[in-house]
Amino acid sequence: MTLAKRIIPCLDVAGGRVVKGVNFVNLVDAGDPVELAKRYGEEGADELTFLDISASVEERKTTIEIVRQTAEQVFIPLTVGGGIRSTDDVNNLLRNGADKVSINTAAIARPELINEIADRFGNQVLVLSVDARRGRTPSGFEVTTHGGRQGTEIDALAWVEAAITRGVGEILLNSMDADGTRAGYDIEMIAAVRAISSVPIIASGGAGAMNDFALALNAGADALLAASVFHFGVHKIGEVKRYLAAEGYPVRQ
Amino acid sequence: MIAILDYGSGNLRSAERAFALTGQEVIVTSDPELCLSADGLVVPGVGAYSACMEQLRSIAGEEIIAARLSMKRKIFGICVGMQIFFDGGTEKNGSSGLGIWPGEVSPIAAPILPHIGWNTVTAATDSILFNGVADQSFYFVHSFAAKSQVPQAINTFCEYGEPFLAAVEAEYVVATQFHPEKSGDAGAQLIKNWVNTL
Repeated sequence: MTLAKRIIPCLDVAGGRVVKGVNFVNLVDAGDPVELAKRYGEEGADELTFLDISASVEERKTTIEIVRQTAEQVFIPLTVGGGIRSTDDVNNLLRNGADKVSINTAAIARPELINEIADRFGNQVLVLSVDARRGRTPSGFEVTTHGGRQGTEIDALAWVEAAITRGVGEILLNSMDADGTRAGYDIEMIAAVRAISSVPIIASGGAGAMNDFALALNAGADALLAASVFHFGVHKIGEVKRYLAAEGYPVRQ
Repeated sequence: MIAILDYGSGNLRSAERAFALTGQEVIVTSDPELCLSADGLVVPGVGAYSACMEQLRSIAGEEIIAARLSMKRKIFGICVGMQIFFDGGTEKNGSSGLGIWPGEVSPIAAPILPHIGWNTVTAATDSILFNGVADQSFYFVHSFAAKSQVPQAINTFCEYGEPFLAAVEAEYVVATQFHPEKSGDAGAQLIKNWVNTL
């Protein structure tokens, strides 16, 4: 028995559609979220992540209806992020079919939100989404907000450690430098966070070549999140899993 | 009819939909009459052990479960809904459970927790639940587990850092530590296997 490394397609949602850009700008339409979720479920996705990427910028509430419709048809775990500011927001999402929630900007603004969510729902529902880039903080990795458009001068490793102490159950580590480039995950950043994290790490940002997935697992990722390579048909989920299995990594097939 | 016990814990919509795939009528309810008359009662559960027990008590869930047991009517516990069937849990300051099964629920000895994701199990050879899906993976998300065999029951173990109970099948009460309602086709088959025993 070995816990499988998870492959997680990420559906960035804005205005009820899946969108994808490079470094969070130049967004293009990538399809209907519910249809895409169903297809990924059939293709062997281990989880699905919805991120309402317009939430922090346009103060838009997360698209509950998309989650509700997906949860009715797809029987794998759903994580939802974007615009979550309170335990009531979390409760609303869980009641509508989300299994986990991810928080980002609101936790930076008010870290106590992590404790409040973990105390009420348990740390297993709470994913801390960290949008980090190379920067001049002590570890060399800086937390950003607003889809990577604003620096915070917060050190990414210090933030992850503090958030784990407060009660997050997983880290979604998104490289703002690599996001959408398909030039590979930020391997050094994954390894640096792995060294200080006692919770699972979901690597995100930069997946392109098959070998990128293996390199991220090798650096210590427990799960691999990708968007554009799946949305635009560069790789099928099944192909990635067969590749990883052949390389000796445990995957669910 | 299958009743899913609504005591404010768990992703009830997914459980409702997954059990409805069997063709059975499914009701999400905390009404004692419906819970007692249902052919099967599902007890979901997420979050902290003590919080689940508190919420269960607030709807007189202990009495509902005890009454079903005395009537020899079937119950299916999921995740923390399984854990509360044991004597107690050590999470936070500790909490007593329903004591249907002996033993306590304690942290898993593994370097990275929670245990999140798809894992395989060693299905007991006489298992009914795992009929046809014994070699499949199931979705787990938890940091605590029961670790010792339940007597006079079919015990199925998983391993993550150490062996722990993935499923228990007693005469009237069955339970899984994983989430069958989130385990895709394999989970749907396991649910069907249980519904066929009702």
